[in-house]
Parts: sequence; C-alpha cells; structure tokens
Amino acid sequence: MKKVYAKEEVCVGCKLCEVYCITSHSKYKDVLKAYKLDSTRPAPRIIIEEERPISFSLQCRHCDDAPCVKACITGAMQKDPETGVVTCDTDKCVGCWTCVLVCSFGAIVRDLNNKIASKCDLCAETGEPACVKNCPNEALVFTEGGI
Amino acid sequence: MLKEGNIRIPSGCAISGIIDKSGAVFSGQIIADSIATMHDRSNGLGGGFAAYGIYPDFKEHYAFHMFYDDAKAKQDTEDLLKANFVIAYEEKIPTRKTQSIKNAPLIHRYFVLPKLEVLNASEMNDEDFIVKFIFNVNKNIDGAYIFSSGKNMGVFKAVGYPEDVAEFYKLETYNGYMWTAHGRFPTNTPGWWGGAHPFNLLNISVVHNGELSSYDTNRKYLEEFGYSCTLMTDTEVAAYIFDLLLRKHKLPVTLAAKVIASPLWNQVERLSPKERELYYNLKIIYSKALLNGPFSIIVTYDNGFIAINDRIKLRPLTAASQGDMIYVASEESAIRRVCKNPDKVWIPKGGEPVIAEIEQQNISEIYDKKEVTA
Amino acid sequence: MSLNYLTPEFKVLRDYDRCINCKVCMRQCANEVHSYDEDLDKMIADDYKCVNCQRCVVMCPTHALTIIKHPQVFRENANWTYDAIRDIYRQAETGGVLLSAMGNDRPYPIYWDKMVINASQVTNPSIDPLREPMELKIFIGRKPDKIELDENLNVKTKMPPQLKLNFPIMFSAMSYGSISYNAHASLARAAKELGIYYNTGEGGLHKDFRKYGENTIVQVASGRFGVDREYLKTAAAVEIKIGQGAKPGIGGHLPGEKVSEDISETRMIPVGSDAISPAPHHDIYSIEDLSQLIYSLKEATDYKKPVGVKIAAVNNVAAIASGIARAGADYIAIDGFRGGTGAAPKRIRDNVGIPIEFAIASVDSRLRSEGIRHTISLVAAGSIRNSADIIKAIALGADAVYIGSAALIAIGCHMCQQCNTGKCNWGIATQDPNLVKRLNPEIGYKRLINLITAWGHEIQEMLGGMGINDIESLKGNRLMLRGIGMTQKELDILGILAAGE
Repeated sequence: MKKVYAKEEVCVGCKLCEVYCITSHSKYKDVLKAYKLDSTRPAPRIIIEEERPISFSLQCRHCDDAPCVKACITGAMQKDPETGVVTCDTDKCVGCWTCVLVCSFGAIVRDLNNKIASKCDLCAETGEPACVKNCPNEALVFTEGGI
Repeated sequence: MLKEGNIRIPSGCAISGIIDKSGAVFSGQIIADSIATMHDRSNGLGGGFAAYGIYPDFKEHYAFHMFYDDAKAKQDTEDLLKANFVIAYEEKIPTRKTQSIKNAPLIHRYFVLPKLEVLNASEMNDEDFIVKFIFNVNKNIDGAYIFSSGKNMGVFKAVGYPEDVAEFYKLETYNGYMWTAHGRFPTNTPGWWGGAHPFNLLNISVVHNGELSSYDTNRKYLEEFGYSCTLMTDTEVAAYIFDLLLRKHKLPVTLAAKVIASPLWNQVERLSPKERELYYNLKIIYSKALLNGPFSIIVTYDNGFIAINDRIKLRPLTAASQGDMIYVASEESAIRRVCKNPDKVWIPKGGEPVIAEIEQQNISEIYDKKEVTA
Repeated sequence: MSLNYLTPEFKVLRDYDRCINCKVCMRQCANEVHSYDEDLDKMIADDYKCVNCQRCVVMCPTHALTIIKHPQVFRENANWTYDAIRDIYRQAETGGVLLSAMGNDRPYPIYWDKMVINASQVTNPSIDPLREPMELKIFIGRKPDKIELDENLNVKTKMPPQLKLNFPIMFSAMSYGSISYNAHASLARAAKELGIYYNTGEGGLHKDFRKYGENTIVQVASGRFGVDREYLKTAAAVEIKIGQGAKPGIGGHLPGEKVSEDISETRMIPVGSDAISPAPHHDIYSIEDLSQLIYSLKEATDYKKPVGVKIAAVNNVAAIASGIARAGADYIAIDGFRGGTGAAPKRIRDNVGIPIEFAIASVDSRLRSEGIRHTISLVAAGSIRNSADIIKAIALGADAVYIGSAALIAIGCHMCQQCNTGKCNWGIATQDPNLVKRLNPEIGYKRLINLITAWGHEIQEMLGGMGINDIESLKGNRLMLRGIGMTQKELDILGILAAGE
C-alpha cells in the first residue's frame, strides 16, 4: 500500500506538515480559519522528531498486524481490509489511550482538546496526504513500497 | 545621406547564371534576355553581369575594370598602377548611349601584370599582391573603384535595370563560356555604381539575392584574415569568404558550400565516422563563415560556378540543364526564356549546391583550341 | 557594552490577524529574528537581526509576514548617505575591514540595459524556432586557422581539445566552502543533464561529484586547494583562476570554522584551518610564468583538455587578454565588476574593476585586430541576469557566458548579500548542516534545468527574430545591437551604433 515516507536528509524541520495536517482535519480546511475559529481544532497527526541537524516527520505506519487495532477496547481502531489504512472511529473512541500505549512507533497522538486518539488517516478523503502536498522541500513522499 | 559603402543597405534581387560545360562561348545577349524576364524583381537601382572567357587575347593578364568619379581619381590611380604594374593594354570600356543609364562615371579597363621587381620586393605571391593593391585603391583613393580584377573575365555593372546595363555595355558583342547576371532592388534611393552586382575579386565573382543576418560576424572574421570590407554589402562578404575558402585555404568547392550553408549538428551526428570528423572540423573551424539569413547566390570561379541557397531555403533558386548547358536563376521563367525545352528542371534544396564546371581541366587549353578551329 | 549606534535596516511587519503562532518563521530563521513570547502568547520579531532573506515570508503558511526597509531615516543628505554613515558606525565599532557578499550593488550604469536588439522586418524573414532548426551548440577551445585535408578529404588538422556546450551558458566558479554540498550537487547534476559545464571554483572537487567529471571545469587558483592527479584527470577542462570580478587584485579567505571534515578532505587542508588564497599566484609574477603554468597543466593532462584562464575585468583587460591568448590559453574567462562572491571587502567589491560589457567589447576588438580572435574562446561573466544579457554579450563578442548569481537565485538565493556570515537561510552559502539540508538537490537541479531551458527558448526566439538560425552567427555581430542613452565614447568602445542610426 502507499504510505508516507520521510527523507530525513532534506527535512528542514519547519513543521509546516503539522500545520497542514491540522488544517486538513479541521472542519474549515483553511489554515487561518482552522487556527482562528475552530474550537475543536484537531491535534496534528504527524510529529516532527528532531535532534538537530537531524529531523524527520513521524506518522502512523499502518502496520499489517496493527497492535493498536488489537488493543482497542471499543473497536474504534480499525484496519480497512481493502486499503490497509488504519483509522480511528472518533464516535467510538473513548480516550482510554491503550492504543497510545501499545504503538511501537509513538505515532498515535492524544487529542486532549477532543479527548480522542488521533492518528494519520492518509487524508483518505482527498487522496493525497496534506503533509506531503505542502512539504516545502519535498521531504515527504507518498508512494508504494518505501524509498 | 550616406553613400553606399558607409552604410549597410539591404536589398532584394534577381539572379541568373548560364554555363556551357563544353567551354564553348556564347553571346552576352542570352544572359541579358534571361535576366530581363525578371524585370520586376529589381527596381532600376543596380544591374550587372560577370562574363568568363571574354578576353582570350589577354588571358594571362589581370583585367582591371575601373570606375572613376573624376579625372583626378583616374590620374592618382594610374600613377599607382604604373608604379606597380606593366600595362599591356588600356582603354575606355566601350559603351553606348542609352536613355535610362545616367550619370555614368569614367569607366576604364587595364590589362596588367605586376612588375616583377615590385612583386619580389613585396614578398607576396601575385594574387595576394593584387588583392592588396585593390584594397589600397578602393579604400584610399577617393573616387576610384576597381570593380573587376580577374583573368580572361570581366564584370560590367551600373545603376539601372540589368537589360539596360547590357545595352549600355554592348554585351551582345562579348562571347563567354559562363555568364551571370544580377538585377537589384536596394532599399535606398541613390544607388551607387560600385554597389551594383556582381561583386568580384580576382577570378571569383558573386551575384547574390539575400540579406545576411550574419554580416557583421562574417565581416569581422574576414578582417582577421586581412580582408577589408569597404562596401558594407553582403555580396562583398560572400565573395571574400569564397576567396578565403577556395583560394587561400584550398577547399574544394563542394566543401566551401558546406561551410557557407553548413549541415545542422543533428545531421552531422548521423553521418559516417569519416564524414562526421570532416564536418565536425569544418563546422568548428569555420563557424563564423556560415552565411546566415536568406540568400540564393551564384559564385563563379575559373572553371565553373556554384549556385546555392541558405540551408533553410528562404530565397528562390531554380536550376535546369540541356546538353552541356546548365542554367540557374531566381525564377524558372528566366531559364525558359532562353532555353525553351530543358532536359531537366529542378529546385535545389536549401544548402544543396548546384555545381557546374567546365569538363576540360585547363581553361587556357580550351581557348587555344578555339582559336585553332576558328 | 557601549551603545550600538546602528538602527535596524529592515522592519518585520506581522499581520496578527493572520499569525497563527505556528512558529514556522522562528524555526526557519538562522538569524533568530522571530521568537514566541509565552506571556504575550504572540510571535515577536527582533528587527535588528533581520537581513531580509525572506525565508520566513515565503514559508509562512498564512502570508502574515512582510519585510520592509526600515522607515528610520537620517536627516536628508545627498553626500552623507545612509550607507556612508552606517559603514562608519560599523567600522568604528569593530575596527575591521567591511565585508560584503554577492556582486557590486552600487548604482553604476548597467550597460546591458542601454543596449537594444535588432529584429527582421520585410527584407529578411524572421525564423520561427518552433518550426525551423535553431542551433545553440557551441565549442570552447582553441581553433586552428584552417582545415587541412588530404586528397581523399581525410582531415589532417589536429583539432585541439574542445568543450561542447548545448547552450552558450556555463555555471561560474563557486567553491565548495563558499557554497554548500547540496548547491554543488544541484549545479553538477544540472550541468550534466543540460550538456553544459559547471566550475568547481578553487575549493577542490568533492569525491562524490567525480561522476560528473565530463561536465566539470576544475580551477587551479593561488591556494592550489584540492589539486592532485585525480582532480585534473577527472575534469573536462582546467581553469587557472587569476582573479575574480568581485575582488580583483586580492585573494580569498575561507575562515577555519567553515573548514569541516568534508571540506578539509576536498581542499586537502587540516580541519579548522583557515583556507587562504594569496592575492597573486606566487609562481606567476608575469605573463611568461602564466604560460609556464598553462603548459604544465597541459602536460599533466596530456594535451587532452582545454586549459583556460579567468581574470577580472580591469583597466588594461584587452592587453592582458591578448597576452593570455598568446601564452597558450584555450579560452579566456573575463569577470566584470558586478560578479558575485561569497565574501569580499566591501570597498573593493564596490570600487575595483570595470563593467563586463566594455571588457568583452574591448577584448574582442583587440584580439580581432591582432588576427587571433578566431583561435581562442571568450567567456563573459559578471552579472548575466537573463537571456537578453546573453544575446548582448555574444553579439559584443563573447562565445559563451558564465552565470553564478543567476544560478543561485534559481535555487533560492534572495540576494540578501550575507553569504560571508555563513547563515544562509536557503542552504546555499552555508556549511551548517541544519541549513544545508534546506536545499534539496532534487529540486535544485530541476530548477536549474528549467532556467537554462527557458533561457535557451528565449535565445532561440531572439535569434529567429534577427533572422539567424545558429548562435555562431551572432558572435561579434554588433550590428544587431543599438545603444540608447550612451555617450559617443561609450558607443565607440562598445563598437555599436546609436538607436536610429
């Protein structure tokens, strides 16, 4: 399946990926409105790890045998058998953080604002992840089979 | 207003050329009839002819044709001539009064050989000596202009329509084995006799229809080899390039054609290794001798002519043959006027030369034979 | 600490209606202009530190930032200008030579902009490059006077080594050290794909870039950094650097803090040591010494590679160029007084040397009058800004041009002229790994290809307009130019007529 991969050597650590992740998952789909108006502004589902000069973005790897799906106490965390995308059904999520505990990548974020587990859904609705589309240095690629 | 030679004047034109490959001579009337057909391609501001084989009696002498604005220019030039040359014969070039040719300068011809002691002192070969002399006169003597300087050939030109120029110079009385003609459509008004075509240097003459966008590049390149471009005409530059390639650098005429209308790099890359090397060298060494811009041109030399277009054929050129006769002209009509039923008529592609040469190698031999049979 | 008399040069305007406190600006500014104030819950800026590189402006996701020239003025004075006063404050404070970077930015006349180009009308058809062939290929190297053939038309001429260029454009010498690894990677790869050449500058050739050797010109400068057998063997051509337009007559100095492990290996000097290029080559004190070095390098490369010489355009450039031609160089590169640099004393950058337009014209004329112009190639450098400048340079007599600043602008340079600080926010003129990675060579090389390809199209269009279908026929074709607003003397030196003549 197509996943997002980070090119550490050209990641500039600007965190624009986080800005656009938030925007993409906000109800406004506009940077300014997402930040200024959205009272339920989501947490970014992409995380920049950095120890300068090294920096790279981290997001859900959509594991084949995803521990978070197994551990989820309400069945909110699901893996689509066709696309392979792991998503969290926010209606079912109760904010128990079990998934956060079991994720070996640390890729699931606690969205305290909305009390839900928040994770990368590859912007499934739009087709191309917003972080990839807006990375100013082409440090993120959305591709099949790694880089 | 600046006279030609001080300013560059683009012009459009008609050209025509005829050769008898057997070396037999024919009257100037034929070429005059041919060029007259294309009357509308010129505007009466320049016409001229080059004739080869017309001076068998002086075939070893350089025939200088001169324009003089006044007697002083003539006197100054003749003083210089006499100091440098033995003059075998000289005369006013015979002309007839015609209605349309006006303001004629003094027109004179001299059959000369360089004085041996002067030539030896110059440490030049006689051709280089002649060229230097011509440049000197044309550049430094006010009102004097040598417009023809080859052996057994001559250029006749004037401000007027070419058919009137032929009448003026009585060209029907001359017989030559090769003729070219030119009718000019310059974009200025005064016109100057020296600026008419053909342009000549030694035995190379050029008639040309076109405008060289590469003029300044070509001119500067030639100046590095000692040429002095005094006329600021494209034809002058074309003539010197042929002089450089044919006479000085001894290139075969087929290759000279490939210098002035060089094949494109992607064409060169498709050639055989041997040819590729040849064209790689030619193109690199002679890049500034490429004639760029629209032209059709006829270059005549000792024993033949080459007619060629720019490599994307932006000006007209048609060729035809009948027996030993080869014809080239801007328009087919100019050929059909003097050759009703050619064996073959064709339109050469851009950059592909029509080369027609006398089959006997030695021109002087031809004339020896002619004289015997006559 | 005593009072700093300087006021900020720029002012950061932040539209708080648009600022979302995302801190992208803060994270991108190597000068630490932006910061987040927790108490205020606001982004704030320190105008003093801003150099107007515009990295933050371009990166801001909500376009909340604008940098303007600071409105603070001195009392108006046509003589004691803003710069004149500030330079004194800076020198009074530091006691040092003022350093600057990129090219001369003073308001001298730009002669490119006083020349216009011809086009065909009626008497000569213009040529459409989309329909007709239009050749831009040129060769740099020494040319024989004539071709020699045997009776079977086999070529007997020994053609000296030539550089083949698909465009009459090369990337100027910029050393690894003055610019980053990623900048070099972008230039080298673009040169290869375009079929042109880039120049290593005087800082040696990084081992990773040896694979681009066929498109590499290596420099031998007064510091002789990185010169060894492999260096000469790898390159397509060798260039002896005598001088540079931004700082004629003086050498170079790469401070030790920029000499990293990698640069130390490439330059072949110890880590952390200052890399000093002496003002002259200490084995070239005269033209015959230059000739000796030219032939030494030709010997070392088995006469298989062109050896060129780069000089700065100075008063006597025509005579010097003639000497270089006769000393055996295969090409001469001339760098005008607007040429860029990674660091130069400001007074020298702004006051020494002559404009490249005059230098090309006078060198071309001089070499022609000596009958040797056709034997040698001439490369013009020193602020070629667009394709029209190239047309004008070639019509004045150049065979090709070097572009430096334009190439860097293509990969992000915003001409803030702070290269010497090593804090290039665009990852170009820096060795800070945090900053270098901001220039992605994958993006950089494509942008360079785009630029040269675009210029190539424009050159073809202008050539076609002039009725020319081969760039060779533009060389020295000064009739294609006319001057506007110049004195007769200037026109005469350029060898062109005035518009309307």
